[in-house]
Amino acid sequence: MTESAAPRRMSAKARPSDRIFRSLSTGSAVLIMVILAGVAIFLIAKAAPAIAADWTKGDLASGTTAGHTDFWTYTGPLIWGTIWSAFIGLLMGAPVAIGIALFISHYAPRRISGVLAYLVDLLAAVPSIIFGLWGIFTIRKFLLPFQEWLNAHAGWFPLFGGTPSTTGSTMFAGGVVLAVMILPIITSITREIFLQTPRLHEEAALALGATKWETVRLAVFPYARSGMLSAILLGLGRALGETMAIAMIMSPTLLFSLRLFTDNQNSQTIAANIALNFPESNTLQRDALIGTGLMLFVISLIVNFAARFIIGRTGKTGGSKKKVPALNPTVALALDDAASPLDALHPHASSAHPEGLKPSQPEGPRA
Amino acid sequence: MTATAIPNAPAPKRRIDNSLTSGQLPRLFEVYVLAGALIVSGVLFAVLGFSAVGWLVVSAILYLLFVGIFSAVVENRRQAVDRLVRGVVVIAFLLALAPLLSTLIEVISRGAKDALNPAFIFQTGGSHYDPQTFKVTTTIGAWQSVVGTLIITGIATVISVPIGMLTAIYLVEYGRPSHWMNRVVTFLVDVMTGIPSIVAGLFAFSLFTLIFGPKAFSGFSAAIALCVLMIPIVVRSSEEMLKLVSMDLREASYALGTTKFVTITRIVLPTAISGLITGVMISIARVIGETAPIFVAASFTNNFNSNPFANAMSTLPVMAYTGYKFPSTDIQGSYDSAWGAALLLVILVVILNLIARLVARLFAPKGLR
Repeated sequence: MTESAAPRRMSAKARPSDRIFRSLSTGSAVLIMVILAGVAIFLIAKAAPAIAADWTKGDLASGTTAGHTDFWTYTGPLIWGTIWSAFIGLLMGAPVAIGIALFISHYAPRRISGVLAYLVDLLAAVPSIIFGLWGIFTIRKFLLPFQEWLNAHAGWFPLFGGTPSTTGSTMFAGGVVLAVMILPIITSITREIFLQTPRLHEEAALALGATKWETVRLAVFPYARSGMLSAILLGLGRALGETMAIAMIMSPTLLFSLRLFTDNQNSQTIAANIALNFPESNTLQRDALIGTGLMLFVISLIVNFAARFIIGRTGKTGGSKKKVPALNPTVALALDDAASPLDALHPHASSAHPEGLKPSQPEGPRA
Repeated sequence: MTATAIPNAPAPKRRIDNSLTSGQLPRLFEVYVLAGALIVSGVLFAVLGFSAVGWLVVSAILYLLFVGIFSAVVENRRQAVDRLVRGVVVIAFLLALAPLLSTLIEVISRGAKDALNPAFIFQTGGSHYDPQTFKVTTTIGAWQSVVGTLIITGIATVISVPIGMLTAIYLVEYGRPSHWMNRVVTFLVDVMTGIPSIVAGLFAFSLFTLIFGPKAFSGFSAAIALCVLMIPIVVRSSEEMLKLVSMDLREASYALGTTKFVTITRIVLPTAISGLITGVMISIARVIGETAPIFVAASFTNNFNSNPFANAMSTLPVMAYTGYKFPSTDIQGSYDSAWGAALLLVILVVILNLIARLVARLFAPKGLR
């Protein structure tokens, strides 16, 4: 840590420039607290009328919020849809993301692994609206045969049942796009943690005759377990808040549904519901939407807290501060770009990994 | 303790040779199997009717199958698992490249027609829907969105960068790591990074409607929404960059009798400048593609509006969304301009990323790279 104060404080004469600058930067830090408090306060203030209102008459009984007895019967299915779609995306995305991280950190040739990591990080730079368009014009059609086949042959399974969609605007298509969108965030974090595995642990495993996979299982995974978990949670956080792609791809209804392959039988997510209904709502209905947004805020706070808690609990034993470089992979990209000096902080990250178990491995400690 | 057991030369040599190669598959075994899998699957699909995706998927499955079986028979189970995992991991990586390539190809092939046309960029247009008369008029053009994007992102940058950087300076230079405020701010920045973008939009909308009454859609409101998303990114990256500045430099400066202010502005910031600029560029690239918050806070329009403090404003991502979602009677034309806006957006993001990389390379302080 950069702690510039000497152990014994020497008092120098504070100049105006100094004092102004100090209060400016402290003020900015305070402003962060104010902004976050403001987000919560204004959302609550705006949502309160709709949460307290009688939903059986007046504005809320018509239009986009018609047919619900109160705020919670309206939000319930939305919360379910949000969690369910994020879970589907995570189920498909997380294993692939960890596989990619493993490939980049331990399997790819050292020389090109930087480029490969950059390629995956590029996925994070693609705006979500473009994934939405891509999902509509490409993925929907692409997944149709697969969905029909699974529905025909495994329709007894609740997730695959129902009347298969003919347009492809299904929860499954949304989940695939979500999976693609959370790939880079999980990959960039787990990659960093895999690279921080103590070199000696890996070499010890190799020296015992472990194959590469056994080394990964014995040395890398145990070291990175909590980091992987928090990376997955951060990916979940991103998936929960994803709006445009889901709003564009899925054709939803407000209901509790597990089904993946149906039209109009998909559960709706909070974010997509807001995006779809916001333009055509009146004031009180918008307040209701803001209320659902408040719920989304709370859910993503819980998920992020959980991720932070896991990192915080184990961070001290592992790779210290750099354990999770940044929430957003584009920032990780920035760090990669500007901060190759970071490598100096963990030299084992840039040293070559042994190709396999070779008798005459020149590196590694000799006891 | 086996000093007496100096062996006669030939025998152990042969033994070592055997132990190294016997029971192992040839070095390029995996390449052979891959070629085999591709050919077998190719023949299969040539008979059944060709499909590139099916061909690759079946090849991948065949590859894993053959590698596993061969290795399990010739070598042992452990080696087989090892080779299988290697295959799976490579396939996972290729799987991630597929959407990237597919997206880029799609955007370029569908958007190039419009986006590369100067009239599209410099002409106000789009499909304009009048709710009173249900009439739709269409002109091709994205100028209103280009200007809107630049204005909204520009305001967001002007607000976020000073706040973000000063907070980072506070965290690194002034606040002590153990101090409660430092810990709270670090934590809150983490929390802020996790705010869903649409919630940021709703916040800006709530803020402005509560203060200025309903229909308070404006570019400035959207910029505030983007600030909520941008500030934590700037804080995060700036913080990392400032921490990289060597303590020796600061101490050398103090030893010359300078004040903290001078040390920070003359020593720390110039040393970290490339990283700071890169972080800012990346954060701009991140928020420039946001759709939902702008859509909620600034609504959408096809009118040209260069005043950020009044009336709806359009941006490129919102234009791409509305072009698809609310197409005019000329549906194909609307889709085309949606893709055109999408391609323009991608080009902007790519340019920002390139600048970030270039700055990182050009201004990197000596000795750190």
